[in-house]
Amino acid sequence: MNPFQYTRVTTPKAAVSALSQESGTYFLAGGTNLIDLIKREVVVPERLVDINKLPLATIEKTATGLRIGAMAKNSAVAEHELVKKHFPLLSMALNAGASAQLRNMATVGGNMMQRTRCPYFYDTSMPCNKRSPVQAGPDKGKPNGPSGCGAIDGYNRMHAIFGGSTKCIAVHPSDMCIALVALDATVNVSGPKGDRKIPFSDFHRLPGDTPQKDNTLLPGELIMSVDIPTNKFADNSHYLKVRDRASYAFALISVGVAVDMKRDVIQDIRLAMGGVAHKPWRLTEAEQFLRGKSATEANFKQAATIAMNGAKGYGENDFKLTLAPNSIIDALKTATKTA
Amino acid sequence: MTKDLKNPPIDRIDGRMKVTGGAQYFADFELPNMAYCVIVGSEIGRGTIASIDTKKAQGAPGVLGVFTHQNMPPIPGWDAPVGGEADGPAPKPDTKEKYRILHTPKILFDGQPIAMVVADSYERATYAASLVKATYAKQAARTDLEKHLAEGIAPGRPGSSDYLRGKADGYQSAPVTLEANYTIPVEVHNPMELHGILAHWTGADSLMIYAKTQGVNATQNAMAEAFKIDPKKIHVHTEFMGGGFGMGLRTWPQETAVVAIAKKIGRPLKLVVTRNQMFTLVGHRPYTVQTINMGADTNGKLIGIAHAATAETASYEDFTEATVNMTKFMYECPNVSTRYRIVRLDRSVPIWMRGPGEATGAFALESAMDEMAHKLGLDPIEFRLRNYTETDPEHNRPYSSKNLKEAYQRGAEAIGWNKRQNQPASQREGDWLIGYGMSTGTFNAFRWEASARALLNADGSLTIQSAVTDIGPGTGTALTMIAHNVLGVPLNRIKVAYGDTSLPKAPTQGGSAIVSAVGSAVYDACTKIKNQLVELAIKDGSPLAGRQADELTLTDGVLFVEKEPEKKIVVSELMWTNNLTVVDKSADSKGGPELGKYSMYSFSVHFVQVRVNPLTGVVRVSKAVSVADSGRIISPKTAASQMIGGVAGGIGMALTEEAVIDHRFGRFVNNNLADYHVAVHADVPAIETIMIDKPDPIINPMGAKGMGEIALIGFAGAVANAVFNATGQRVRDLPITPDKLLRTV
Repeated sequence: MNPFQYTRVTTPKAAVSALSQESGTYFLAGGTNLIDLIKREVVVPERLVDINKLPLATIEKTATGLRIGAMAKNSAVAEHELVKKHFPLLSMALNAGASAQLRNMATVGGNMMQRTRCPYFYDTSMPCNKRSPVQAGPDKGKPNGPSGCGAIDGYNRMHAIFGGSTKCIAVHPSDMCIALVALDATVNVSGPKGDRKIPFSDFHRLPGDTPQKDNTLLPGELIMSVDIPTNKFADNSHYLKVRDRASYAFALISVGVAVDMKRDVIQDIRLAMGGVAHKPWRLTEAEQFLRGKSATEANFKQAATIAMNGAKGYGENDFKLTLAPNSIIDALKTATKTA
Repeated sequence: MTKDLKNPPIDRIDGRMKVTGGAQYFADFELPNMAYCVIVGSEIGRGTIASIDTKKAQGAPGVLGVFTHQNMPPIPGWDAPVGGEADGPAPKPDTKEKYRILHTPKILFDGQPIAMVVADSYERATYAASLVKATYAKQAARTDLEKHLAEGIAPGRPGSSDYLRGKADGYQSAPVTLEANYTIPVEVHNPMELHGILAHWTGADSLMIYAKTQGVNATQNAMAEAFKIDPKKIHVHTEFMGGGFGMGLRTWPQETAVVAIAKKIGRPLKLVVTRNQMFTLVGHRPYTVQTINMGADTNGKLIGIAHAATAETASYEDFTEATVNMTKFMYECPNVSTRYRIVRLDRSVPIWMRGPGEATGAFALESAMDEMAHKLGLDPIEFRLRNYTETDPEHNRPYSSKNLKEAYQRGAEAIGWNKRQNQPASQREGDWLIGYGMSTGTFNAFRWEASARALLNADGSLTIQSAVTDIGPGTGTALTMIAHNVLGVPLNRIKVAYGDTSLPKAPTQGGSAIVSAVGSAVYDACTKIKNQLVELAIKDGSPLAGRQADELTLTDGVLFVEKEPEKKIVVSELMWTNNLTVVDKSADSKGGPELGKYSMYSFSVHFVQVRVNPLTGVVRVSKAVSVADSGRIISPKTAASQMIGGVAGGIGMALTEEAVIDHRFGRFVNNNLADYHVAVHADVPAIETIMIDKPDPIINPMGAKGMGEIALIGFAGAVANAVFNATGQRVRDLPITPDKLLRTV
């Protein structure tokens, strides 16, 4: 761990200006991931800007849906009456993540910003392009440990089957983000050049040639809040998380399903998967197929087949090519109550 | 006699201290002027340190010293094995590498300490440790046992030699045969409490140590040997431990190094290793590959079993365990052979872990028994009963006690075994498949030597003393119960002092042996007190003068004639009359030669019900019943807790625990508690424990046998067997994770 400066800010404006000042500066929210990264020297900060005093923890109803402040704790969101009643998928996904202690510390914005749990990323003696990009660009500092991808030919049991590149096959570890991408959320950010909105599905990115970049935030930008539009999915939502132990484990595969049903017909549906890609993986083609169809196992199987288009295994994670479609079917059956 | 009475379920005597913070664990001790040590581990699995730069670290704030192979203080006893071999006498050193911490630039395993950084605070030591930079001349690390199975060597230690009864290939001619391979991955103890030591030189040749050791006397001896000082000058204290599971069964090289460095810097020095280092510095269950060949006739009688196991060890030390032993004596079978090999790899040395090799071996044997029962179309319990043996076929002698048939029956009733279908994959609840499985477990019941002291005070209170460490099973509680049974002193007037070398010598807590060993010593010491009191009570001038010793009963501080309770004398008055402020007796206790006529084992049977999701491969243990046949139960409540703990560990072994090595680097990729999956509460259902609670007439005066190991031994097999019953899929490689059960829909 390197000595670093610590600043506490109380207004978003001060936060943005603090982060814009110099490279090597990081926002510190709940700290449940960043502190680990610093301890392992994966992140070597010059300066931490503590944003825990920012007044951004409000969860409130808006004209078009729900707005959740970026600093709202994961546990507060999961237990919030409006969330449980109108967006149960989000509540289920949050409660499937981490442990009670971590959820009490972790924030919504921090959850979105958490880094992959790829073991090669965390061990600075092993190769990783995300930690140590081949060409150290202007966004990221100096290389940290060897470059390369340890996972592609190594222990990739937990890794991506969609959207990987020759540089990186890491997955985004969040459960919350699977629900948010399924629910068509929008991210409100504030930066040196003003405020803007980012559709949740565009917030995280695929690794391509720059796996060091997890998301599309611009330098100096601060997540202010997340908006979720009103929907008709509350009665038929399910978050299925398949993992190696019953709690406190990252997803092998997770599936978020939200359905608007009329009798046994799917009027509208949202489907997203976790544990499969560098970003929360929305299954739009499978959704399209299921719209207007009956909730039958045959249709679910076909949707799962469509969802798997373009999937690729890397050896140890080949089982996901079977587990993912099975999980989609299982989650659909539960959400549509046809199990 | 106490052995005729069932004991009441009393609360754990240290429970209140443990939940209120009163219990002091080794790392809780703070000494004036204490310094902190942090270990820098190698980042390669094999090679040589080419250069090591400690300048920056030495200049960091608060740093008192940075120790590497270039400046490590000498250790006088270093040429002798430090801390001893993990098992038995040291074999010839020329066949192995030599590992001496910080004494050579050679790297023999990943995570091997290359520097120990000492500073005036833990944080400063941690920071300075991050500034130590090494370069290496790397060599390919051989870490994959599967690739080196052919290099297995016979350990050449008593107990690990090849065994043969009848014909080695006897199974081949059987009408029904089976050959199956089973794999256990590296598992790591991972108790909550991190390992370490606090060393304080109180004089030029006197030493105070607070350690995480399962045996204070063993640590005392190891340090005496390493530093060539009188063991009496070494004081070791380990009263409480936050889980040992085997990792504290020896003194580790870094502990010895801390003692040496403490001497060099002239300050008390504390080391607490990191969670990552728990994977490389304090042992693990070795990766083990097993093959079982089994043959039976169509009536379900075993004709032959051949059990072979190959396990990893370090390049520098031969670790062995009793992986194949259960096969020799568990079932009646005319042809049995076992074979045990180890392969020296570029890995840190393993150590016994939770039910050690016996748990590893039981998984294979009891899975194979289930597979054979299925082939024969027999109920798995029926198959075991057809091969039940009342005498030990390995040694041709009787068991000291064995009530396994009753255990099968009671466990089967409790789990609802009659609901099991012999046809796999034939029970569903909604989308989930339901299955039942069972397995037998067994472990040696020992009677080791131990000493204890008992002091009966004039105020009626009793103090029990023994150096034994209570690593959590409730040793202190059991000793209290034993003393209470002999002397009738109320439970709340009994104090037990333990976990300190100033107390009478005791063996290391391990091998499920402590109640038998130390309990017997307490029993003997208390019996001596009772005998003296009785003697005084019946002598001339006493109200009970002329009575026979065996007429008297002692309860609640009163000696009385059993048949005429009004004829009595209060013990405190008796002591007053005889000018005694205390009756102080010590006992050295060990088993007599008659024990050699018997085979002494504890037995267990585990039953589980599992639910398996056929789409996702997720397995949930939905019900667990564990039955212990371990003689008289001294402390029913802590015994049940111990069984529950064993089952929780068994669920981890069966379903979740696996330390994964990337063999290209020779390094772990999941060496933390997020990625190494110890079972959590959500994995563990309500567990029913059943104690047969019948005294063993041979082993010791209490009739009690150990139960720590049997709580886990066999459990993983029961889960695998239940998964087979639920799905028809046989998983022979632990852990049974979802990917191993997946089928295309």
